[in-house]
Amino acid sequence: MSIFIDGKTQVVVQGATGHQGQFHIGEMLRFGTKVVAGVTPGKHREAVHGVPIFNTMGDAVTTTHANTSLVLVPARFAKDAVFEALDAGIKTIVVITENIPFHDAMEFIHYGKYNNAVIIGPNCPGIASPGKNVKVGILPSGIFIKGHVGVASRSGTLTYEIVNSLSEQKIGQSTCVGLGGDPIIGTTFIDALEAFETDKETKAIVLVGEIGGTAEEDAAEYITQHINKPVFAFIAGRTAPPGKRMGHAGAIIARGKGTAESKIKAFEKAGVKLARFPTEIADLVEKYS
Amino acid sequence: MKLFEYQGKQFFEKVGISVPKSKLIEKENDLSSLTYPCVFKAQVPVGGRGKAGGIQLVEAKEKAKEVLSQILKLKIGGFPVRKILVEEKIGVRKELYLSITLDRSQRMPLLMMSGKGGMDIESVADDLIFKEWINPLIGIQSFHIRGILPKLKLETDEEKKIGQIISKLYKLFRDYDCELVEINPLVISTNGQVIALDAKMIINDDALYRHPDVIAEHEDLTVLEQEAKEKGIAFIQLEGNIGVIANGAGLTMATLDALTHYKGKGGVFLDLGGTDDPEKVKQAFELMKKAKPKVILLNLFGGITKCDTVAKGVSAVISQEGIHCPVITRIKGCNEEIAKDILKDAGLITAETLQIAAKRSSDLAGR
Repeated sequence: MSIFIDGKTQVVVQGATGHQGQFHIGEMLRFGTKVVAGVTPGKHREAVHGVPIFNTMGDAVTTTHANTSLVLVPARFAKDAVFEALDAGIKTIVVITENIPFHDAMEFIHYGKYNNAVIIGPNCPGIASPGKNVKVGILPSGIFIKGHVGVASRSGTLTYEIVNSLSEQKIGQSTCVGLGGDPIIGTTFIDALEAFETDKETKAIVLVGEIGGTAEEDAAEYITQHINKPVFAFIAGRTAPPGKRMGHAGAIIARGKGTAESKIKAFEKAGVKLARFPTEIADLVEKYS
Repeated sequence: MKLFEYQGKQFFEKVGISVPKSKLIEKENDLSSLTYPCVFKAQVPVGGRGKAGGIQLVEAKEKAKEVLSQILKLKIGGFPVRKILVEEKIGVRKELYLSITLDRSQRMPLLMMSGKGGMDIESVADDLIFKEWINPLIGIQSFHIRGILPKLKLETDEEKKIGQIISKLYKLFRDYDCELVEINPLVISTNGQVIALDAKMIINDDALYRHPDVIAEHEDLTVLEQEAKEKGIAFIQLEGNIGVIANGAGLTMATLDALTHYKGKGGVFLDLGGTDDPEKVKQAFELMKKAKPKVILLNLFGGITKCDTVAKGVSAVISQEGIHCPVITRIKGCNEEIAKDILKDAGLITAETLQIAAKRSSDLAGR
C-alpha cells in the first residue's frame, strides 16, 4: 500500500505544454508514473513525451480514464482548473501552483470535499511513493528509496533535504507527501496521519512543520488520540521574528499563536520525537524504530 | 495588504455600513474646517493606537493644533503617523465586536461576534465570543445570522440592523478577497444608530491583481527589501549580522534556527526559491552584498534547482566584484560535487553539514 496514490494511479497534467509541464511529465514518466494525458486548451492533437494533449478535462478523462490530476496552471486559472477536474470525475488532485488567492483555494477545497475528492496543496511539491514507482508532482526523483517511513510536510526543499538524509542512512520511504505552504490547504497533517496509520507499509511517520497556523497543534492532539506508530518531527522557524512573513504565506506568526514554542510543546506532549536540525530526523528514526 | 482605517471605512460606506462623519487631515491648514468636539485618530496599519496616544478627543478648536502636532510626532509600532482621521464624536450606548476571518483549520470563513467590544477584546473570555462558520460554497445565509445574533441579547430592532451589517460585511470580505474584516467596536449609539467606529481590513496579496481600486498606501519595507521585491526575490532584513541564503522558505528558516543554536544572529533572510536561473542568483547575491553582513552563509539543497547553477551565479559576482566578508557554504543534492569545486575555486569555505556551517558562521560573526 501507499497513501493517496498507488499502482492504479493514472495522471492527467493540467498545464502540460509549458516549460514546467513538459519537464515534469518527463520526470514523472522516468520515475514510473503512468502519465496518460495532458490538458492545455487549444493545444489538442499535440503530444508531450508521447503523452496526448486534450482541450478539456472531460475529453482527457473519457479517452484515457485518468483518475488523478496534477495542476500546474498559473494562479489565476487554478480555481477553474480544479473545478474542471472535479466535474470530470477526478478524485485525487495535486495542486502545485503557488500564489493562488485564498478564497479560490477555499472554494475548490470545499467543492472537492463535496465530491469526496482528495486535494493536495496548493503551493505544494506533490507526492511520491517510491515503492510503487509513482510520483505526482515536482519532487526531485533522485532523493527517494523504497521503505517504510511516511513523510508529510508543509515545506518543499526542507522535505527534500530530510528525505535525502533518510535515504543516505538507508532508511526508505513509503510515501512522501508535500502538503503545501499556504494557510488554506486541502490535505492536512491529520489527513496524512490518518492515512499513514492504516497503511501497512508505513511503520514510522515524519512530520515537517513550520511556524504559523495551528496545524501542528491540531496534529499533536490527533496523534495522542489515534496514532500508534512512532512519529518524528522537525519544525522550522524557531527564530523567525514575530509579524514578519518568511516567504511562504503560511509562515507568519501573529498574536502569539502558531509559534514554534507552542508547536514543539504540543508535539512533546504527544510523545513525538523532535529534531533540532533537519538531518537529525534520520538519526532519530534510526535510533527509535 | 493591511488597509488603513480610513480606507477600510471608505469600503464600508460603499457597501452601506454606517461610519462616523469624517475628514482626513495631514497638516495645520486642514484644521480650519473642522467641527468640535471631534476625535483625532492616527492612521497607522497596526493596533494599539489608543494606548500609544494616537487617538484623542478634541473638545474645542483651541486644542486642535497642539493635539495635531503631538500625534504627528508619534511612531506607533514602528510606523510614523502621516495622516489623521478626524471624526465626529459618537455617543455610545453599547460596544460590540464583529469580524469575519479565514479559519485555517476549518478552511472556511469564520464569523465572530461579542457583546464585549472595545479596546480589550483580546482578553474577553472565549465563551463570550460567539462563532459561526460559513461554507464558502453557500456564502452567508439567514440561518447563520439567526444562529449568532440572539446570543448577544439585543433589542429586536438592533438585531435587524446588525443582521444587515453582517451580510454587507460578508459581501465585502468575499468581493475583496479579504483575510480579515473587523469592526471593533461596532457601536449602538445613544440615538439608536449602529455605526462602525473602527475598520480593519486585510486583503490577500495574491488576489490584489483583481482589485485595481485598492491602492497601496504604505509599505513596511526597507530600501533593500523594496529593491528585492521589485526583482521578485524573497529578502527580509533582520537584527543580526549573518546573511543567510538558502532555497525554499522552510530550509531558509531552518538555517536561521541552526545559527541561533550556535549563538549566531541572522541579519538577512534570502530565499532563492526554486530558481534555476544563474542571472537571478547573481541579483540575489548582489543584494546580499549590499546589506553588508559580517558573514554570509549559503545553504543549498539541490533538487529541481541544480547546485552548480547557484554556484555559478555566486562565483560570477565574486570574480567580477570581489567580496567584503567570509562566505561559508554548505551544498547538498543535485550536482553538488561540481558546485563545491566552483565555490572552492572562488575562494569560499565549504562545510559538510549545516551544523558545521552554522557554527563556523556564528564563530566568525561573533569575533
